[in-house]
Amino acid sequence: MSILEYNGAAIIAMTGKNCVGIACDTRLGAQAQTVSCDFRKVFQFNKSFVGLAGLATDVQTMNNLLTFRKNLYELREEREMTPRVLSNLLSNLLYEKRFGPYFIEPVVAGLDENNEPFLSGMDLIGAPVYTDDFVVSGTATGNMYGMCETLYKKDMEVEELFETLSQALLASVDRDALSGWGATVHIVTKDGVISRELKARMD
Amino acid sequence: MGDSAYSFSLTTFSRTGKLLQIEYALNAVANGRTSLGICAKDGVVIATDKKLSSTLVDLDQVSKIQKINEGSGFVYSGLGPDYRVLVRKARKSSQSYHLQYREHKPVSQLVKSTASVMQEYTQSGGVRPFGVSLLVAGVDADKSPRLYQVDPSGAYFAWKATAVGKNYINAKNFLEKRYQDDMELEDAIHTALLTLREGFEGEMTKDNIEVGVVSQADGKFRALTPDQIQDYLDETS
Repeated sequence: MSILEYNGAAIIAMTGKNCVGIACDTRLGAQAQTVSCDFRKVFQFNKSFVGLAGLATDVQTMNNLLTFRKNLYELREEREMTPRVLSNLLSNLLYEKRFGPYFIEPVVAGLDENNEPFLSGMDLIGAPVYTDDFVVSGTATGNMYGMCETLYKKDMEVEELFETLSQALLASVDRDALSGWGATVHIVTKDGVISRELKARMD
Repeated sequence: MGDSAYSFSLTTFSRTGKLLQIEYALNAVANGRTSLGICAKDGVVIATDKKLSSTLVDLDQVSKIQKINEGSGFVYSGLGPDYRVLVRKARKSSQSYHLQYREHKPVSQLVKSTASVMQEYTQSGGVRPFGVSLLVAGVDADKSPRLYQVDPSGAYFAWKATAVGKNYINAKNFLEKRYQDDMELEDAIHTALLTLREGFEGEMTKDNIEVGVVSQADGKFRALTPDQIQDYLDETS
């Protein structure tokens, strides 16, 4: 049993034309036993979203830590944190615990100061990777990579991005015992965020 | 800070509510060589008089204007050695910021943290306040040009134009008459040189003054070379 697989999670983030989307499942389990089906793993920070897959206690703790840092930053600097800055901050926070890490593998998605899409993913000790198409994280990454590679196209508009993201996530979690039990999708555009709950298989 | 035997602050309130150590530090600043700064609509210029005690002094080897990070620079009036400590700390704090956020520390944040350090030295055990007033020039995160003054007490002020050190009152009066809100950087540099010349003892040359500039266009702080200063001096005469 791996610590990163104890609670179960599935997160995908994708870029579209002047927009980004991020989706997560909503299952919380204790190995085989499902405990909750509305445990969200994606958190909003202005125009950025952070998806945290892994051990649930660390998901919650890191969310609180990031909120703490983001609030202080906004108070001191009188401006919003861009996704790039948030991603680097997260990377630093994780590496600080290099020899006793947080068991999470985050993804960051958002629109930067020029409303350009930004994506990054990292491992549990903060090694970042920046891509312009999609990033995935969780217990069903094999399935998610396959689905994204097949379904992804560049420059999708909001509605098409939503469909692609939803189908990719739903198909991936259905073949994974530890993720699923509901899903949430957020699409970020310069005009705001559109959030929807998906009707998923509850098993 | 300081010996463990000195756990009490040396800066203490007088009956009238003043912190005399800070007043005395300001006196040390007022005895220092003049520095001034002007904030134009597209950049900031800072300048200082670099005259030293004897003609035997090798002036190129010491510089008062120092770059702190890509977008900010300092100049001072007062005690040189105290200034160098602040420059070191400011540079380190800029690099820490960059390590955390992968962005350059904005000048307004730099000023706050430097001011905070200076305030600490007025309330810690066994130390005395810094004997310098800093003039900080930079372009901030929102691309606006900024000029700040930071005093020994840790108080900081944003200025359109200001002067510190010897003769600062005359220099500020001169600046008040010449300053215009829509001034461009090139005009500001000329005005800065004229202001410096007003209180200058003897002849002002490219070797006995220093000028630092940051323009809104590229957001990078740089100290001008003596040859560049000479070009501006030629234009102002």
